[in-house]
Amino acid sequence: MEVKEKIPANPVECEAPNMGKSGESGWKLLRYLIVGVLFGIVFVKAEVISWFRIQEMFRLQSFFMYGVIGSAILVGMVSIQLIKKFGVKTISGEPIKIADKEFRKGQVIGGFIFGLGWALTGACPGPLFAQIGFGYSVIVVTLLSAIAGTWVYGKFADKLPN
Amino acid sequence: MEQLIEWIKQPWPWYVAGPLIGLTVPALLLIGNKSFGISSSLRHACAACIPAKIPFFQYDWKKELWNILFVVGIFLGGVIAALFLSNPAAVVVAESTQQDLAQLGITDFNSLLPADIFSWSNLFTLKGLFFFVIGGFLIGFGTRYAGGCTSGHAIMGISNLQWPSMLATVFFMIGGFVMTHLILPFIMALVGF
Repeated sequence: MEVKEKIPANPVECEAPNMGKSGESGWKLLRYLIVGVLFGIVFVKAEVISWFRIQEMFRLQSFFMYGVIGSAILVGMVSIQLIKKFGVKTISGEPIKIADKEFRKGQVIGGFIFGLGWALTGACPGPLFAQIGFGYSVIVVTLLSAIAGTWVYGKFADKLPN
Repeated sequence: MEQLIEWIKQPWPWYVAGPLIGLTVPALLLIGNKSFGISSSLRHACAACIPAKIPFFQYDWKKELWNILFVVGIFLGGVIAALFLSNPAAVVVAESTQQDLAQLGITDFNSLLPADIFSWSNLFTLKGLFFFVIGGFLIGFGTRYAGGCTSGHAIMGISNLQWPSMLATVFFMIGGFVMTHLILPFIMALVGF
């Protein structure tokens, strides 16, 4: 599999692997920036980046976030099924490949740890970037700390149960 | 046109926002065979800036530049929304949530994030330590340990019918419930609310 070629020293899964065969550079990469911009605007406009929305969700006091995540999954699911059923290719003609997720204990332990941080900060990684852009510059500290957390995980990855 | 701009400036309902977020999944696949995921960008940042010979960060991060550009885009999206599309009215927070949070000591319900917590003046206080430093650390450590976040597992993984992603999402939620109901009251008291 390509993932293994790409990360020869360490075939630990990457949840967003680059499965594209052909290299991309320059303006081709800008397309991802544009998708990101649109995505960031949706985040802000739906107030998904709000600490209060996340509190409402974890207190079961509003349907809003469940509606957002649920309908996002539904649209994603239908899209992927259609792509698979009709063998849709990428715009450059490559067959679309999606890596399977393998079970690891980290999904339970790490998932729980992330959940604690999600409720505390009112953000998952995506909204962190949008919050900073929106003007909450102090969230840079949260982002740097999240990078530090990722680094510490990487440092001790082989010593943790998985 | 003016009406359209007015409408865009309103907060968008979930049935508009959710499907648009879901469309990111096929968009990234069709553009270049990319699986939707955001927390991986934190790993790429480590691999690019502070790999420190750690095997987990030894890979060709330049091949994953798309992911970095994607999150830079999210940042810019935040900037554009703030400059041109921002809603002047206060955030509407559920009445029951306001009551619960008021009991914990939150007084400001006007902006997306409570000003009582998220300001530079709180950086070197216990509030900053818990809500920025520890909170951020838990996000970064937890998502990488879990192999993904809300985007990579909850949206991309479940969309692709991956049961480990479903499991991860259940534990994201459990962690969130535990923090909100069991731990947050103690933290709020501890940091001086």
